[in-house]
Amino acid sequence: MDFIEGLGASTRISFNKLGRGTHFLVQTISGIMSVLLRPRLLTKQLYSVGVMSFLIITISGLFVGMVLGLQGYYTLSDFGAEETLGVMVAASLVRELGPVVSALLFAGRAGSALTAEIGLMKATEQLSGMEMMAIDPIKRIITPRFLAGLISMPLLAGIFSAVGIIGGQIVGSGLLGVDEGAYWSQMQASIDFYDDIVNGVIKSIVFGFVTSWIALFEGYDAIPTSEGVSRATTRTVVNSAFTILGLDFILTALMFGDH
Amino acid sequence: MHNRVSGQDNLVSVRDLTFSRGNKKIFDDISLDFQRGKVTAIMGPSGTGKTTMLKLIGGQLFPDKGSVFVDGQNVHKLRRADLYNLRKRLGMLFQSGALLTDMSVFDNVAFPLREHTQLTESMIRTLVLMKLQAVGLRGASQLMPNELSGGMARRVALARAIALDPMMIMYDEPFTGQDPISMGVLVHLIKSLNNILGLTSIIVSHDVHDTMAIADYIYVLSGGKIVGQGSPKEIQESDSEWVQQFMTGAADGPVHFHYPAKDYIDDLMSSGKRY
Amino acid sequence: MQHTRNQDTLVGLLVASGIAGLFFLAMHVSNLSSFSDEDSYTITAKFENSGGLKVKSPVSAAGVKIGKVTSISFDPKTYKSVVQLSINSKYSTLPDDTTASVFTAGLLGEQYVNLEPGGSETYLKKGGEIEITQSAIILEKAIGQFLFKSAAEEKK
Repeated sequence: MDFIEGLGASTRISFNKLGRGTHFLVQTISGIMSVLLRPRLLTKQLYSVGVMSFLIITISGLFVGMVLGLQGYYTLSDFGAEETLGVMVAASLVRELGPVVSALLFAGRAGSALTAEIGLMKATEQLSGMEMMAIDPIKRIITPRFLAGLISMPLLAGIFSAVGIIGGQIVGSGLLGVDEGAYWSQMQASIDFYDDIVNGVIKSIVFGFVTSWIALFEGYDAIPTSEGVSRATTRTVVNSAFTILGLDFILTALMFGDH
Repeated sequence: MHNRVSGQDNLVSVRDLTFSRGNKKIFDDISLDFQRGKVTAIMGPSGTGKTTMLKLIGGQLFPDKGSVFVDGQNVHKLRRADLYNLRKRLGMLFQSGALLTDMSVFDNVAFPLREHTQLTESMIRTLVLMKLQAVGLRGASQLMPNELSGGMARRVALARAIALDPMMIMYDEPFTGQDPISMGVLVHLIKSLNNILGLTSIIVSHDVHDTMAIADYIYVLSGGKIVGQGSPKEIQESDSEWVQQFMTGAADGPVHFHYPAKDYIDDLMSSGKRY
Repeated sequence: MQHTRNQDTLVGLLVASGIAGLFFLAMHVSNLSSFSDEDSYTITAKFENSGGLKVKSPVSAAGVKIGKVTSISFDPKTYKSVVQLSINSKYSTLPDDTTASVFTAGLLGEQYVNLEPGGSETYLKKGGEIEITQSAIILEKAIGQFLFKSAAEEKK
């Protein structure tokens, strides 16, 4: 009985949270116009959300690409197909690893910071104070951060994939002797602009959307104590990771399923 | 301008208000009036929901029953845009100051002006420096909030609260945790702002001595009810046990020292099983 | 003010490198740069068997990519595979006796259409058809033939 009751209670709590989250999202989106009219709010957040994640994304992208080059080479050379290394590196980066890994890194780097920032603003009554000054904290604080996440994510994923492909080329043709021309031409012959690149960008936009939403809502919904904020930060990283990987599966099935 | 002679000129009136949090009734059907141009204090032990009262007046919380009128408007019936317009005319000083930590003192005070007005930057600068001068912190305008002491942060917050020249300021525990000097500064500031700017003030406090010194009218709350009201003199002479306990600071009285619990001996002798 | 200008610069750099990254992916990694549909012309080739050829498979001549496969369909009258080839307009001088064959890149690689120009003086026109075609080599068939042939030789 206790189990059934517990299940019912947690279902109710989950739905309640989903409802609040959706309401929050609608309010956030409704503030977009007013943020676009004040672009300085946005550039400030692009700096703290995007620019601050640039380094970790670039370095990780380079290493992921180099590892792909190395592993791919050893596997492909067994079949004498080293010259398709470029295809392998580019396809895995552009379709999967670029959007997914950069979104996971983004959730860890920028998402957790957003949750902690908003949670602490709530704990120190800054949000409440703003409301009493007749300033809507969602429009003034949340929406610029949300938009910044939405814009940064595809840019960062693009940088990640591009750097990774160059990293794969450095290892593949620089160290292991795959023909440089074959690396690029095989890649260009197999990677399709719409099927691969555009779908990868769509993925990263979706990931940027959900990660920013989760991070901001967890902060806004946090219990305003030090423990509450720390828990909310953890939830942001864990829930973002689950959501990114789950959505990636669904999106991949929808986008690449018919091939 | 306003009729201050008659006691009927209330800027804020709270009518038959009931508010509960979970199963606990914070306010149980109470009514309060706040006269225009006067300093009215709400006092009572911690945990009686004094801050909650300010949030109800500001429209941040909704009552279970009853209504709050500010300047003739029912706060909880207003549309969002009207509520925001009303709030522009209310200032609130939070206990922590609630300064925005990513901006300097100057930008904090300028914040409501930049958000709500189309003034030029040079006019904003003049206004901000005037407000900071009024609280004696013009010299600190380039400091960041984390470089301020608690008392200074509250004075900056006060400068920010008066930036839009409100008709009323609500002070949430303005004296808590202040050393005697900054306490004296704040008492002086509140009193002089009220007199010079013709503001209406609501002070929420449990600091008996200083509140008595500046309030024109005092409500004493306990257990969700009003247990005493009147001028400071009347309150001091009140024969209510509740009020006397609060004023003299006796450890036990109608407000018990102990949080409600089962019998002490029984509790010590019991197995200690969690329940 | 210095602070906001630095911020603007860095945000500008982020946006610029992000767009550069995406541009690099589009132009250098994918097939977008190879050619677009407007400056190309279509010719048809009918194969007995087009094997593992797919839409978007490359079309090359002398090892250089000059176009791609745009559609593959089955003709119910001739029982042949009708393959539409989109060829870059730069290469408009293919003779009309060009041979089209389905080749495989490497042992396990992708299949592609190889065009072998003949010696004719007249060129293939837009919408024209390649007469001489050579089907894909089906590995199972080739192995079967080889085994059959060696078995027949042993009997002699």
